[in-house]
Amino acid sequence: MAETQGTTSAISGASVRKGDRVFRGVSRGAGIMVLVIMAAIAAFLVWRSIPSLTSNTANFFTTESWNPDGSPPAFGIAALAFGTLVSAFIAMVLAVPVGIGIALFISLYAERRLATTLAFITDLLAAVPSIIFGLWGLEVLLTGSEGIQVWLDDYLSWTIIFNNTLDLFGKSLFLASIVLAIMILPTVAAVSREVIMQVPLGHKEAALALGATRWEMVRMAVFPFAKPGMISAAMLGLGRALGETIAVALILSAVFTINVHLTEPGGNTFAANIALKWNEAGTRGLSALIASGLVLFVLTLSVNMIARWIIARRAEFSGAN
Amino acid sequence: MATTTAVTTEPTRLAGGSLPRWATPVLLAVSVAGALVLNVTTGVSGWFGTTIVAGLILLTIQSIWSFRVEGRRHAVDRLATTLVYSTFIAAIVPLVSVIITVLAKGLAVMSWEFLTRSMRNISPRAEGGGLGHAIVGTLEQVGIAAAFAVPIGILAAVYLVEYGRGALKRWISFFVDVMTGIPSIVAGLFIFTAFVLGLGLERSGFAAALALAILMLPVIIRTTEEMLKIVPNDLREASYALGVPKWRTVIRVVLPTALAGIVTGAMLAVARVAGETAPLLLTTFLTQSYNYNPFQGPQASLPLFVWDQITSGTPASVARAWGGALVLITIVMFFYITAKLLAARFAPKG
Amino acid sequence: MSKSVEMKDVDIFYGDFKAVADVSLKVEKNAVTAFIGPSGCGKSTVLRTINRMHEVIPGARVNGRVELDGEDIYGSGVDPVNVRRTIGMVFQRPNPFPTMSIAENVLAGVRLAGQRMSKSDQETVVEESLRGANLWEEVKDRLDRPGSSLSGGQQQRLCIARAIAIKPQVLLMDEPCSALDPISTLAIEDLIRELVEQYTIVIVTHNMQQAGRVSDTTAFFNLAGVGQPGRLVEMGPTDQIFTNPTQQATEDYISGRFG
Repeated sequence: MAETQGTTSAISGASVRKGDRVFRGVSRGAGIMVLVIMAAIAAFLVWRSIPSLTSNTANFFTTESWNPDGSPPAFGIAALAFGTLVSAFIAMVLAVPVGIGIALFISLYAERRLATTLAFITDLLAAVPSIIFGLWGLEVLLTGSEGIQVWLDDYLSWTIIFNNTLDLFGKSLFLASIVLAIMILPTVAAVSREVIMQVPLGHKEAALALGATRWEMVRMAVFPFAKPGMISAAMLGLGRALGETIAVALILSAVFTINVHLTEPGGNTFAANIALKWNEAGTRGLSALIASGLVLFVLTLSVNMIARWIIARRAEFSGAN
Repeated sequence: MATTTAVTTEPTRLAGGSLPRWATPVLLAVSVAGALVLNVTTGVSGWFGTTIVAGLILLTIQSIWSFRVEGRRHAVDRLATTLVYSTFIAAIVPLVSVIITVLAKGLAVMSWEFLTRSMRNISPRAEGGGLGHAIVGTLEQVGIAAAFAVPIGILAAVYLVEYGRGALKRWISFFVDVMTGIPSIVAGLFIFTAFVLGLGLERSGFAAALALAILMLPVIIRTTEEMLKIVPNDLREASYALGVPKWRTVIRVVLPTALAGIVTGAMLAVARVAGETAPLLLTTFLTQSYNYNPFQGPQASLPLFVWDQITSGTPASVARAWGGALVLITIVMFFYITAKLLAARFAPKG
Repeated sequence: MSKSVEMKDVDIFYGDFKAVADVSLKVEKNAVTAFIGPSGCGKSTVLRTINRMHEVIPGARVNGRVELDGEDIYGSGVDPVNVRRTIGMVFQRPNPFPTMSIAENVLAGVRLAGQRMSKSDQETVVEESLRGANLWEEVKDRLDRPGSSLSGGQQQRLCIARAIAIKPQVLLMDEPCSALDPISTLAIEDLIRELVEQYTIVIVTHNMQQAGRVSDTTAFFNLAGVGQPGRLVEMGPTDQIFTNPTQQATEDYISGRFG
């Protein structure tokens, strides 16, 4: 028991033992590594974007065309931003109601075994690599969704976005959005499920005891409580959709124009563009792609930080209760 | 004061109408039939469209019928229930479709030769060849990635649970969560700019492994953290009471107790990155031959193989792409499902 | 306006497990009936069968008849939603809806019926119910503050106000005071003696003194043994049960030999 000399409370961590100091330092170093990596990503991306940005003769934010290796170099992210934001947004709009529905189904509607099976299936969907979704989207969804794109053009062309002036349906931003929606569905469902499960039993019972139907109970006791969490789920899904590369790259043929007719072929996103243009880019071209990657990084970072912050705030709030 | 009849006080009838048990199946049948009829008459085609039409018919008839028999509140409740149940379909159909498609098209090209040969000397148009070189590449790259991510991840989790406190801990924890949302292509960009451009590392399997490690790290940290938290404090205190220093306690007592969960987390992380294509595109070059050295020269990998083959576009290549997809999804699912089964089996009572 | 409850040969199951067997009892209208017994004897379970809350748990079911003034609430064609509207419940832990204000909480059940109520009608209901729960004076100036901003005892009275706002025939209370301090407990006990003039009340309590103070009739439940279903052992006027029980088990429980 000679080892007890020099020990203060090991539990409170105020140890003077050498082994502890070393171990604590090493583990803290590993933790700090996380921060270092995040900072390094930002730093290196900025560093390597500068060459193309300084030599850019066009407005980075408003130009649609992409010609960083040209003379003179002129490129902008307008078309990329449009494609990224629109496809991710539509994906979110499609995935959130379905994802919340799945979460409700698993937590409140389905009987036990069916619920665990469905939870498992939804999680499996999350494990499918994105390149396989790309392949599947091309093979199955392309023909399968043609009907609906035609229908949208026939009946909803007054909405402009569904108007198809080329009468060519297929590898469009709309199709990409549908594939994205399927890909982010598990994320939205899983996070929503978590918050729905946290609704205290007492609230649900109180609603039922007042003579509420199940749906009324959900509206009265579940949604108000789970709302921040579900918003967070939507944002996490959005974040994922913004950064998705390969499935989109396979589906869209890269076009550098902003086209509001979403069912017409072509379109581009930050991530897909980087993937597609990478190997043929010159030095300036690479730098320009890195610059667009920086924008993507900032975008997804912001969305994710807001989403996490919402959850964190909620956790404090219900902890206090 | 107003009278007590401000709220409706007609005595609540206990009995309420309700739809017969056979209502749902009959409605389903009628809706599908109706949709098919519409298919023929209006030319709305495609299984997707037909399903939606059938769904709309079902909801309309059910709502009207329920409204008349059961009243407004129950009609709304039924509508909500039907919609919620239908999301079940929205989750199953894609998954089943993906699996069936991959199986069908991948098996067509599957053979021992396919699994062991490379694409050396095989032109895109030609049949034959295989993805043996890609399997080697993926195993090596993911292996190296894990070799980096697992120790660092476990140590970081140890910090968060056993030693961390205050602002530093909160920030690290926050950014671990944020890190899970980094697009995989950004991880590739980072490694490229920092190591390839910055340090002169050549584009290789190793560079790819580093990018994959970044993607694995937050997953491992999070799952390990959860597992460590579940280890009861009594265990630690018993160890301290015997005079064992904290660091030894963590290494000899806490980590082994959480081992199953940590392994599970590592497997989930592997499953996640094995299928990532984007970072590989940026950090490696694809080769058609075997390359067992991840530190030097172009190296193939399964996702890149699939990408390369599908973008070649020839029928033979597309077929090979599906073969690659099958192998890839098998590996990913193997790790994923094993991890989940392990987790369920060794689930702590928490 | 209030009704009597009669249970006839009721068995209560969780899945295949019979939790309570063979309960037959009558709850008189406009009286307070207490269910007492050791933990796990099934008294709360029995209570929850009266407003059909038990079956909300997956796999749970009830055999037998439970009659409200003669009408079987488990009869075919009976809508559980209507049953729960007629029979109100107050729970062990106060559970006001946290995102609703005090007034909104009171009106929560009323609004379910869906009728459009005029502003003044709503205010009337809120005031009446809060007065009925002896809470009006304390909260009348902050009706739009959140329900969770009240103290424990006040929250429970808010839940009572919410329950009586829909004018139930019977009020069920499942250990309503066990999460409260003694002063709030007494406040609620006084309230119960007032409410009984309008409602039939059934209260589950593990506190025998409370049963003695508050109830007119007492029912004693007990488990025959480990793994056995709970049963109704004895039921009668409270005075008699506490001073002169007929069953040995009742006597043992009352005198504190177990439970």
